[in-house]
Amino acid sequence: DALPISSHKEAYGAEALFRLFSSFGQSKTYFSHFDLSQGSADLKRHGAKVLGALGEAASHLDNLDQALSKLSDLHAYNLRVDPANFQLLSHSIQVTLAAHFPADFTPEAQSAWDKFISAVSGVLTSKYR
Amino acid sequence: RSSDLKHPAPKAKMVHWTAEEKAAIHSVWKQVDVEKDGQETLSRVLITYPWTQRYFSSFGDLSNAAAICNNPKVKAHGKKVLAALGGAAQHLDNIKSTLAHLSELHADTLHVDPENFKLLGQCLVIVLARKLGAAFTPEVHGAWEKFVAVSCAALSKHYN
Repeated sequence: DALPISSHKEAYGAEALFRLFSSFGQSKTYFSHFDLSQGSADLKRHGAKVLGALGEAASHLDNLDQALSKLSDLHAYNLRVDPANFQLLSHSIQVTLAAHFPADFTPEAQSAWDKFISAVSGVLTSKYR
Repeated sequence: RSSDLKHPAPKAKMVHWTAEEKAAIHSVWKQVDVEKDGQETLSRVLITYPWTQRYFSSFGDLSNAAAICNNPKVKAHGKKVLAALGGAAQHLDNIKSTLAHLSELHADTLHVDPENFKLLGQCLVIVLARKLGAAFTPEVHGAWEKFVAVSCAALSKHYN
């Protein structure tokens, strides 16, 4: 929560995605239309979008279903990303945070982030069937 | 039997490591503090995924993050776990046999759900990222995800 992420949404978002694609090749299958090279405009734009959505969700922790309703529809009816990938992206985001904020990414912080992104992922996959 | 000579058993598929992957694993491993990083890794597992505490009822006080981080049994066990992974890191071409006895132990004696190996692997990667920062590049990170995945597969081999 105290991490200065919002001003670096593009950089950290792009890095998290690039780490995801570098480590877990299966996740690339959803982005055949993207330039996936490190620091690409596509990764920066999309990374900012992902972290922005997480930031928005963070201010609606008591009402995630409503706050993420549109994104939930999008993932269920349009994107249909296999649920396993949310966990991989969560991990990649956490690795990015750990690398940039070693002092702040305490075990308690990791626990909170893991729980938070897991809750968001749950909402995004809630309308899958 | 003569038929064995005509049709030898196929060689087990070996994991292929590029030179870069081997270098990434070895250079990072040199910087690992088995005691400190092992303690932190296991602490993070027990804190982030509290249900994993089910295997450690004999460890004493695990009631909160501070208790876990200061627990001497957690420290000792974390060191043991990381040392075993270090063994695998020194035998990249032989991880399956290096970890075979531990696989049997976890399956038949300890009865640990193999899913837990993945959780520990994730926490180890996070510990390394904290420790190395920018030096934990996506490429180095990728090599370690592969190493962790191969180690988890080896540890899961003897379950059935």
